[in-house]
Amino acid sequence: MILAVPVQALFGQLLIGLINGSFYALLSLGLAIIFGLLNVVNFAHGALYMLGAFVAWFLLEKAGIGYWPALLLAPLAVGLLGAAIERTLLRRLTGLDPLYGLLLTYGLALILQGVFLNFFGSSGLPYEMPTQLQGGQALPFMFLPNYRMWVIGVSLIICLGTWAVTEGTRLGSRLRAATENAPLVSAFGINVPRMITVTYALGVGLAALAGVLAAPIYRVGPLMGADLIIVVFAVVVIGGMGSILGSIITGFVLGILEGLTKVFYPEASNTVIFVVMAIVLLVRPAGLFGKQA
Amino acid sequence: MNARIALLLALALPLAARAEITGKVIRIGVLNDQSGLYADIAGQGSVVAAKMAVEDFGKIPDATVEVVFGDHQNKPDVGSNLARQWYDVDGVDMIIDVPTSSVALAISQLTKEKNKVFIGSGPGTSDLTGKSCSPNTVHWTYDTYALAHTTGLAEVQSGGKTWFFLTADYAFGAALERDTSAVVKAAGGEVLGSVKHPLNTTDFSSFLLQAQASKAQVIGLANAGGDTINAIKAAAEFGIVKGGQKLAGLLVFISDIHALGLQTAQGLLLSESFYWDKDQKTRAWSKRFADKSGGKMPTMVQAGVYAGVLHYLKAVKALKSDADGKAVVEEMKKLPTDDPLFGKGTIRADGRKIHPMYLYEVKKPSESKGPWDYYKLIKEVPGDQAFRPLDQDNCSLVSKK
Repeated sequence: MILAVPVQALFGQLLIGLINGSFYALLSLGLAIIFGLLNVVNFAHGALYMLGAFVAWFLLEKAGIGYWPALLLAPLAVGLLGAAIERTLLRRLTGLDPLYGLLLTYGLALILQGVFLNFFGSSGLPYEMPTQLQGGQALPFMFLPNYRMWVIGVSLIICLGTWAVTEGTRLGSRLRAATENAPLVSAFGINVPRMITVTYALGVGLAALAGVLAAPIYRVGPLMGADLIIVVFAVVVIGGMGSILGSIITGFVLGILEGLTKVFYPEASNTVIFVVMAIVLLVRPAGLFGKQA
Repeated sequence: MNARIALLLALALPLAARAEITGKVIRIGVLNDQSGLYADIAGQGSVVAAKMAVEDFGKIPDATVEVVFGDHQNKPDVGSNLARQWYDVDGVDMIIDVPTSSVALAISQLTKEKNKVFIGSGPGTSDLTGKSCSPNTVHWTYDTYALAHTTGLAEVQSGGKTWFFLTADYAFGAALERDTSAVVKAAGGEVLGSVKHPLNTTDFSSFLLQAQASKAQVIGLANAGGDTINAIKAAAEFGIVKGGQKLAGLLVFISDIHALGLQTAQGLLLSESFYWDKDQKTRAWSKRFADKSGGKMPTMVQAGVYAGVLHYLKAVKALKSDADGKAVVEEMKKLPTDDPLFGKGTIRADGRKIHPMYLYEVKKPSESKGPWDYYKLIKEVPGDQAFRPLDQDNCSLVSKK
């Protein structure tokens, strides 16, 4: 027993924290990549996560296309939309104060949410879980749904994969170089504008993937992104803006921290992350994994 | 000095003496959640319902009726500020709806201060006609006491003796847990524990594990809207019901069932004071409502807004004045209520509207004829049994007598 909570129950809570952390990690990863290269605080991230879930829902309802193809199609569709947003809107703001990008993406998020709220209401829509992932495992300390295990797995693979690509491949090294000094990199003959478009599309594609993963367990609703995005921003700030590894680790760790708060003091479970953020900002203003200025 | 007092009196006199329709306009403010987790329960649907009531009521001599609406975002400070502006600047005479009990308690207080009228359709807390009752407030559609004495009682009577609550951490959740606990204990049952979760929680799995560990027979959901939907979904996923524990949704609306789908929601017991498919009159009205609302059927909160506006206009017409809020509410209490949605009823001295509550069970997918055909009637609980007796109210309006 720890503080009147059985150790076995604690294992269950840690695991649940890890599941929520998977979503935080996937979303904050995309934000970190986008901020790193574009210097844009992408406030539309939550709305694009919501859009990912809705694309999956549309595919199922209107075209009979199930979960597995949606896992690929939805991020692709949202990624293309992201590319269009970058080409037509964000590009005009290059070189300006990051505040402009923040305002633009925040406006986009409000428009997307408003439109969906108007047509679908706030309660959301049901999305059937794929039959292969229904059911669960009876562990000694809890019943673990198969689908949640799948979420952890996918998230870990995607996060580590992205990290490996940016750290270990040629593409990654160009990306990192362009982050440091874009004019110099383009002087070497690398098409930096195209790389920026691809990066933005990739980042929002990750958000859409998280949306499809969330669709069967949460409601597919216009506000699903708005509820999550503020927490995810706190995660990115704690991890260090633009730090890819930082955002992944912080995502998982804060998920667990939040899970534990739900056991020991549930009333504070939606504020604990912000308390941590305030402390980190006081002690290390650049975030846990950020470069100190 | 005397001149000053005289001047003040002269200024105050028209305020006190005007027994008429102020500004020749009766302005009704629909205040609710327009964009958040309760927007489908109330939201634009309540505005549509209020406008339908104005249309159906017909003309009032020498006055026009206007409907305005606003978003309180489920925050008491936002709601109070907007209401203050409506009352002080915009000439609003009556505020209706206000889901989210914490906001409703603030609006009830403010309305009393300004001597206007507040009709609560959305809020749940039974304190509105209990210890926080007000001569300017009418509580229309349902309350936490009635929910506890229909759904809660039915669960206890069918053998659920030990309970664990998942409670939304604000005025409504606390009231619902309190009123249901009383029913459970009175029937010889036991409350094993509860966990207070923040309003608008996405992931309930952690709380459900705690409920599971308590080994209670019934997990009582003392929350509403999006929170209830998320809790029921997660309970299905984590095998809570298959493990032998029962879920009691203490406040579930038809919009929640629509969002959950019958596959997940089937078998759930719930209580409502209005269901669109109850009889000929409710069907006819609901069809009209759905035509104006993109095909969505009305919730009981939206129905309550319609009926509340009708009855308010009836009282104003009888008084030929909307100036004195307290007098209007007194008139509303004097007149018997009669509308196509809730039938005949009364408003008690404490401001409580009395009508039957209905216990429904959610249909299996095979029993449903199509979208919105969701409920089977289990039983009707007469108004005098569903709502709290006057002598248990602790309402100052009643004990004075």
